[in-house]
This record gives sequence, structure tokens and C-alpha cells, in this order.
Amino acid sequence: MTTLLEIAAPTIEYRLLGPVLIVFVGACLGVLIEALVPRHLRDEGQLIVTGVSLLGALFVLWRTWGPDWRSVGAMGAVSVDGPTQAIWLLILVFALLSALLFAERRLSSGVTSFTPMAAAVPNSTLEREAAAARVEHTEVFPLLLFAVSGMLLFPAANDLLTMFVALEILSLPLYLLSGLARYRRLLSHEAALKYFLLGSLSSAIFLFGAALLYGYSGSFTFSVIDAAVATPTEHDTLLVTGMVMLMVGLLFKIGAVPFHSWTPDVYQGAPTPVTAFMAVCTKLAAIGALLRLLFVALGGSRWEWQPVVAGISVLTMLVGAVLAIVSRDIKRLLAYSSVTHAGFLLTAVVGASTMTTGLPVGQIGSAAAIVVYMAAYGFATLGAFGIVMMVRGVAGERNDLSAWQGIGRRHPWIGAAMTLFMLSFAGIPPTAGFIGKWAVFSAAWRGGYWWLVLIAVILSLVAAYFYLRVVAVMFFSEPATEVSDVHVVMPGLGTTVVIAVGAVMSVLLGILPGWIVDLAASASQLLR
Amino acid sequence: MTLLEGLTPVAATGLFPLAWLMIAIPLVVAGLLLLLGRVTDGFGHYVATLAPIASFVVAVALFAGLLGRPEAQRAVTVPMYTWIKTGSWTVEANLLIDPLSIVFALLVTGVGGLIHVYSIGYMAHDPGRRRFFAYLNLFIAAMLTLVLSDNYLVLFVGWEGVGLASYLLISFWQHKPTAATAGKKAFVVNRVGDLGMTMAIFTMLAMFGSSSFEAVNAGASKMSPFWVTLLGLLLLVGACGKSAQVPLQSWLLDAMEGPTPVSALIHAATMVTAGVYLVVRSHAVYAETSVAALAVAIVGTVTLLAGAWIGTSKDDIKKVLAGSTMSQIGYMMLAAGIGPTAYAFAIFHLLTHGFFKANMFLGAGSVMHGMADDVNMRHYGGLAKSMQITYWTFLMGYLAIIGTPFFSGFYSKDSIIEAAWEKQPVLGALALIAAGVTAFYMTRLMFMTFWSRKRWQEGVHPHESPAVMWVPLVLLAIPSVIAGMVMNSWIGGWLAPAVGGEVPVGVSWLPRVSVIGLVTLAVVIAGVLVAYLVFGRTSIPESVPYTRNVFTIMGRHDLYGDTFNEVVFMRPGEALTRGIVALDDGVVDGAVQGGASLALGLGGGLRRLQNGYVRSYGLTMVIGVIVVGLALVIGRLV
Repeated sequence: MTTLLEIAAPTIEYRLLGPVLIVFVGACLGVLIEALVPRHLRDEGQLIVTGVSLLGALFVLWRTWGPDWRSVGAMGAVSVDGPTQAIWLLILVFALLSALLFAERRLSSGVTSFTPMAAAVPNSTLEREAAAARVEHTEVFPLLLFAVSGMLLFPAANDLLTMFVALEILSLPLYLLSGLARYRRLLSHEAALKYFLLGSLSSAIFLFGAALLYGYSGSFTFSVIDAAVATPTEHDTLLVTGMVMLMVGLLFKIGAVPFHSWTPDVYQGAPTPVTAFMAVCTKLAAIGALLRLLFVALGGSRWEWQPVVAGISVLTMLVGAVLAIVSRDIKRLLAYSSVTHAGFLLTAVVGASTMTTGLPVGQIGSAAAIVVYMAAYGFATLGAFGIVMMVRGVAGERNDLSAWQGIGRRHPWIGAAMTLFMLSFAGIPPTAGFIGKWAVFSAAWRGGYWWLVLIAVILSLVAAYFYLRVVAVMFFSEPATEVSDVHVVMPGLGTTVVIAVGAVMSVLLGILPGWIVDLAASASQLLR
Repeated sequence: MTLLEGLTPVAATGLFPLAWLMIAIPLVVAGLLLLLGRVTDGFGHYVATLAPIASFVVAVALFAGLLGRPEAQRAVTVPMYTWIKTGSWTVEANLLIDPLSIVFALLVTGVGGLIHVYSIGYMAHDPGRRRFFAYLNLFIAAMLTLVLSDNYLVLFVGWEGVGLASYLLISFWQHKPTAATAGKKAFVVNRVGDLGMTMAIFTMLAMFGSSSFEAVNAGASKMSPFWVTLLGLLLLVGACGKSAQVPLQSWLLDAMEGPTPVSALIHAATMVTAGVYLVVRSHAVYAETSVAALAVAIVGTVTLLAGAWIGTSKDDIKKVLAGSTMSQIGYMMLAAGIGPTAYAFAIFHLLTHGFFKANMFLGAGSVMHGMADDVNMRHYGGLAKSMQITYWTFLMGYLAIIGTPFFSGFYSKDSIIEAAWEKQPVLGALALIAAGVTAFYMTRLMFMTFWSRKRWQEGVHPHESPAVMWVPLVLLAIPSVIAGMVMNSWIGGWLAPAVGGEVPVGVSWLPRVSVIGLVTLAVVIAGVLVAYLVFGRTSIPESVPYTRNVFTIMGRHDLYGDTFNEVVFMRPGEALTRGIVALDDGVVDGAVQGGASLALGLGGGLRRLQNGYVRSYGLTMVIGVIVVGLALVIGRLV
């Protein structure tokens, strides 16, 4: 007798999805360590688990790299294609470097950047006792890993539900991490709460959009939505509304204007290692997800979203650059800078230069351009935030630009490294940033958006102004007397490695861009 | 008119593969001086002086190598490495040694070397001497990258490099707020020029898939008139920024805040002429677009008049020379705009100007050295006796710039005026008038500085500068006199294949007698005479005399270049910035408070969140959703 209800066991390509699974298992192990391992061993334990799982994920990624492996897996829920693998590679490398910043303790005499007791009221006796006892929240490492696993799943998601789940997995740990700063606790709490509230709003908008698109197409799966878009029907109000809401949910995570308002406050309030991690990995995952949503699911209505995204891109570049010019705080400046970079990234999305739109094999299309751009941006960002952590006053970091006056003269190497990062941000040849800008602009140009490239080039020159202002402050300003308590603390090995890797890559990708461009070009085909 | 086809570069053999040494030597020295720091304080400046001299030796060897080649093989590509390679886009960082680039390399390293030697004396007591020499070396390396590159993209790297060195050196004396401001101004104004360059390069990459001179030269004739004109105009914008041409001229006068050797090397002899190089290098583009070529000629003419005008009314000796530099580069741009007949004249004048202007700037530095760093000519006078070597070398520069027959400037400037006259009499006439004005302001400078009675301030005892400073003066005075005679019959034929020009016939070292030449001479003599009547016979007041003369007032204010920039660029930029900041700070929040009509209901709902500014952030997002949605819907309806 046949069973009435036959449930097929789901097939999972364990090896192909290995990187996500390993990081997720690592995160769970981290939670177990918190529960079972004695306090004095937790820190080392967490570091080992984090390092091993990230490296393990990288190893599996390396073993499954290439067009032969790439396919849609997990019953069509996850698409491990070229862009996914390239973004995974970057996320894993950047997460590894971020973990080194998380573990930094030499800067504030033996403790991390995180609060000793998150549950304590700021400035309470409880908090002071915890600080005196040198207690720590080693949970930050599992939180980091949970966020990373969400980030890996996000750009690979092949249906709207998986994408939403990934969005939540990556967001929730970040909300928590933002509130854990050791110094300026209230600012940190405020940042966490703001991020949480606005993030929830954007998630809600995304979910609503997903529901509307389901209503239109009858499916969450991108390929089905794509087919539905290809056959126009009368009532496409659902499609347009759903498309807008989904885009907004993702643009929020990227930090595009007008969904950027949270960025400066959260970047400023969050502990600097967390800021660095968010600035790079979240943006990377979100732009990957946006790419998949727009190109795979909504590629058929390209003509409709292209002008809108182009407008958002211009607005993002402009507002980010202008607000960065007037900001007086290095973390806010870098936050607005990351907004501007989101705008530059969007130019490549607007170009929609893919195989399906007639891109020759081996050329730099939108996906590859984004990978190249994010590689350049990521190394410079991590390095720059590493240096931000080193400039300290009596109570933690000094982020006001006035504290940075004359640093380059007293510490030429630090000044030189920061200058390099700023030049890379500004896209001045022969730094990595130039190659990134060149890649995204050429993708936009191919898509016929030459006017957007024109505006983007003008705005990139505006943006160069505030980057070079940081350089000018470091080298050409005399320190004012009231900031005499500012000193640059030499960091431990981890942060030094991050800064050094950032500096080397910022030069290397600029001088010898061939390999990253080839790598990105060989991994640019989206599967559906 | 028969034009020679551009040269097809051949592979490098013999000494040519060593061309990279020219750039590498000063670059490495600059790096060492900056990185090793105080260790090199004692000897760094000597090493830094040897670097451009070593590059000069290499340049001479390559020059000899080119001379020894048949004409058709005088363009040598030296492969370095492939920078960007993807599909149809390849950017190779190669060096190109051809007749045009090699004369530039000789000028940059030769004059640069002399100015390094001079700086040993000039900067002897400056605490930042090592840094100064490191920047100078950095400049030499960047300038050589600019002129030796075989494509626009790497040229742009050098272009930015010389800009960087220039800003660093203008604001070298950071303790002076004026110097810091001047550096910033040069930077900001040059952004506008760089925008033109960037867009031009993007256009080339998009059109030809390459930015190499070869590809652009070959492709220019196949472009549509619109694009080729646009490309020509974009390149002109780039050239205007770097070469201080109207309307991007305002930074050059302020750039005189830098140490005087810098003014001589960067802001007179080499960097500011990069714009002329760019236009001449892009000759194939301008050959296709008479509009852009005419724009180049007009910009040049306007600038040569404006610069001369400014030169007549300044009392600061360096600013007079700066105005004069603008004016002379205007002549070069005019020549470059005239076309194939005059490209060689542009470069010819660029070379002679490089000699006599560097000579005069260094002379001015020597005067300042003797006059306790005073730059006000109203405090000079009678220096011909107390600083004899400086005086005689300066006199050679003076005779050269006003166009005294047989002096170098005579040959190059008269050629330009004649060519302009043939092409377009209006431009020729204006260039002719400016020659008279040049004679006027330079004679004024000579009277105020060397010839009139002493007006020295208390405690100033003028004295001749040390040998390390006057030897370079002498060595620059010699080409100021003879360069014209030596090169007149040769330069046209030498450059013709590289710039797509004509091989001139019947040119010798003897000046050609023509009507225009005689008229020019008459105008120059008139200029000198007027200056004599005004400044030679009466005593010069020590304070600036009050004047109602509109021309003088305008000249003293740099023809209101700063005011123009403020009104056209700065104010709108500031307004935009204020607007966006205000929008971010106030309006969105105000919309919640006041209840803006569009989003009132939503805003009211969101207000219940009551979390400080989160409400306004949230509102921004919701408004954003509505706007994006509306944009899509409208896009659909249209």
C-alpha cells in the first residue's frame, strides 16, 4: 500500500554549501563554549573556533571553486554561482580580518573594545565592578559568526523567503553587537536601538514586498518570478509595489539615500571593530542580494528599475559626499564615505551588464565590477578603521578630526597608511580604488548609462576632497593644545596585520589588478 | 599642405630599455629621503641633486640614440608592464621616447638639475631642507612620467603626481597661512582641470578601448564631429587647469607663496607647460575639430593678454614674473591652437621660455636672498651695482623675453606672432599688442629693481649670492641668449614627425626679415620707451600710489579672477552643501513636527515610535519608498 503522503527527503549539497554550514556550526560551537568552558579559557577557545571555522569555510570554498561545481542547490533555495562564490570569498576574508580587530586588546591596556557587562546600566556600580574584575563578553565571536553565516546565505538566496531569513540572521547579531561599546555606552545603546528599529522597519517593508510579489507571481522562487515578469498581465500594480518594497529593504542595508539615515549614528555609536565589519561585510552581502533580486528575479522589468536605481545612485553619491565634507568626526566621515561608495556600487547595478544583456565572455560585467570594487573598498575600510582604533584619548578612541591633527608628522608610518587608504577611497591611480571605480563605471557605461558615469566621475572628484582633507589634517595641521591628551597607541599583532594587509592590498590591487579582475570575470555568471 | 603621418613606434633596442631609469632614480631618492628621515639630513640634498643630473645623463644618451636613427624610427616604445587587461581593454604602462618627449625630458632634467644645485644655496638654512629636496625629486619623477608615458592614463598618473608635488611645495612653508591657503587653492582649481582630463580619458577608453597615443591618433579621424570636438574641449579643460589658462588661471599667482626655486622649476619652466604638451600630443584630435582648435587659440590669446595686463600692475617681483608666465604660456597655447604649422613653435617657445624664465625666477630669488626676502620692488632699486652677476644674467633673460633680435625669445615668439597673423589676423594683432605690453612690464621691472635709485629698507644690505646660486644663473643665461639661434633651423624638422607638423624650409639661424617681424620690433621698442618715460625719468614712490586708472586697479586685483570663482563656483557649491545639510538636519524632522501635507498620515503613525530622531529617519525611509514607487509608476506612464 502506498503511503498517502509521501515526503521526499530534502537533498542538500553539503559540500557546495559547506562554507555556510561550517560557519553556522562554528557559531553554535561558540555558544556551547560560553555555556561549558570556564571563563578564563573562553577567550582563547572562541578565537580558535572563529578562526578555524572561517578558515575551514575558506578551504571548502577553495575546493569547490569553479564553474564545474556551481549550481543551484538545497532544492532550489540557494544558488551557488560565480558571483555567490566570489562574494563568499570576500566576506570570509574580510570577516577573518574583522575577527582580528574584535580580538584586539593591547590598545586599551588589555581589554577588548567591548563592554564588560552589556546588561549593566551605564556608569553604574555593577558596570564598574565588572570592569574592575575584567569580565568580558566573549559572546561577540559567536555573534560575529552568526552574522557571517547570514551574510553568506543572503547573496546566495534563490527565493524570497530564504533571502528574508538570511536578512534576519545577519541583522539580529549586528543589532546586538552595535550596543556593546566599552566607552560612550549611551551612544552605543542609542545606536543599537536605532539600528534595530529602522532595521525592523526595513525588514517589514521587505517582507511586505515579498508578499506582494508572491501575489503577483504565485511563487517565492526567483526563476518563477522571472517567468511571471516575462509574461505581462493586466494587474501589475502588485509587481511594481512589490519590486519597490523589496528594493527598499535591500537598499537600506547598503546604506543608499534616502535609506541611509541610520548609517552615521550607528557607525559612530557601535564599537569600531563592529563598525568595520558592518561597513564591509554587510554592504557586500546586501549588494550581492540586490544584484540577484534585480538581475535574476526582476531582470525582465530592467527598463523600469534601471532609471530609479540610477536616480538613487546619484542621490546617494551626492548626499554622502556632501555630508562627509561637513562632518567633523572620523567615524561619521567614514560612514558618509561608505554611503558614497554605495552610490558608486549602484552605478554598476544600473548598468545591468550581464551575459543575458549581451556581455561578451571574459569581460567585466556588473557582478564582476562589484566584486572588484568591494575588494578594493573592503581592504581600505578595514585598514582605516584599524587606524581609527589606535587614536585614543583618556576614555577610549578620539574620533573628532581635531584629535587627528599632526598625527602624520608624529607617526609617519601611520599617516602614510591612512593616506594610502584615503587615496584608495578617492580612487586615485594607482591605488586599488581606482581599479574599482574603473570597473563599476565601465559596467555602467556598457549599459548605456554614460550620463551616470559623467555624474559619478564629477562626484568622485568631490569625494576626493574630503578624503584628502583627512590627509591634510594629519600632515599639515598643528595639534591644538586642548587635544594634547591624544596619543597613538601601538596595537597588538592582530590589528597590525589588518592594517598591513589593507595597505598591501590597496597597492597591490592597484598595480597588479589582473588577477582580481580575472577572478571576478571568471565568476560573474548568475544562475537561476 | 602635406602632413607627415605620425610615427609608428618601434621596439626598444640598445640603450633605450634603460629609459625607466630616468624616472626611477629621482623616485627612489625621494622615497629614501622621506622614509629614512633625519638620518639623511646631512647629505640628502646632495644625493637629491645628483638624481636629476643622472636622469639628465640618461636623457642625453637617449637623445643621441634618437639622433643616430633614421627619421622614421625616431619613436621608441619601451615596454614596462601591462597594468589593466580585460577583454577589449588593455592599458599598458609603456614609455615612449620620441622627438617630442625627449626634448621635454632634457628640459625637465637639465633645468631641474640646475635648480637643484641653486636650491642647495637657497635652502641652506631652512629646517625642512631634506623634505624640500625629496619633494623636488618627486616632482622630477612625476613630470618625467607625464612626458614619457605612451598613453593618456599613465600620463594622468604623472599629471596627478606633479600636481601633488606642486601643492606640497606651494604650501611648503606651512607656518605662513597664505602659503597653506595658496596650496589649497591650487589643489581645488586643478580639480576642475582634472575633471576634464578624467572625462577625456573615459571618452577615449569608451571610444577606442585604449588610451594610448597611437590608438587615439589612429582613431581620431574616425570619430563623429560631436565626440571629437567634445574630446578636444575636455582635453583643453585639463590643459587650462594645469597651465593656468583663463578661466582656471587664478591659482598661479598665489602659487608664488612657494620657495622661489619651486616657482622657477614648477610654476615657470616645466609643470605649467604640461597643458601645452597635452594639446600638442593630442594633435590628431585637434586636426579633426576646428572648433576645439579655435577654442585652444582663443584661450591662449585671452590668457596672454590677461597675464601681460596683470604683469603691468604688480609690485611683487614674483607676481610680475608669474603674470608673465601666464602670458607666455598663452603664446604657446595660441601656437598649439593654430595647428600643424605652429606646433613646433609652441614647443620651441616652451623650451626658450623654460630657459629664460627659470633664469629670471632664480634671479629674482637671488635678489630676494640679498634683500632679506623682501619681494616688493618698491623697496628695491639700484641693484645693478650691488648684485652684478644676478643683474647681468637677469638682463639676458629680460632681453630674451621682450624679443630682442638674436636672443632666444625673439625667434620663438616672432614665429608664433607670424603664424597667428597668417591664420587669423585678429589673434595675430592681439598677440602683437601683448608683445608691446610684455616689453613695458619687463622694462618696468628692470627699472624698479636694478636701475632706479635705491629705496632699500632699514638694515638691508644687498650682496651677491654665493657661487652655488650664481653658477646656475650663468648656466641658464647662456641658453637664454643662444637657444633661439641654435635651435631655430633645427627644431621644426626635428619635431615635425612627432607632432604631425610640416618640415619647414629655408629657416636658418639668421632672423627672417618680414613686415610682421618689423612691426613687432617697433611695438616692442614702443613698449620699452613708454616704460622708460613712466618709470625711468621720475622717482618711484615707495608706497603704492593711489590710482583711479581702471586698468591698474583691475590688474592689481588679478582681473577679479578670485571674485569670478567665488561667484560662479564657490557660492553655488556652498549653497548646495548648506541645502543638503539643512535638509538632513531640519526639514525632514520639521516635516514631522509641522505635518507636511504628503506624508502627514504616515508621519503621524510613525510619531508614536517616539524615539528621538529615529522617527525622522523612519519617515525619510517611508517617504523614500513613496518617492521610489511614484518614480516607477510615473516612468511606466510616460
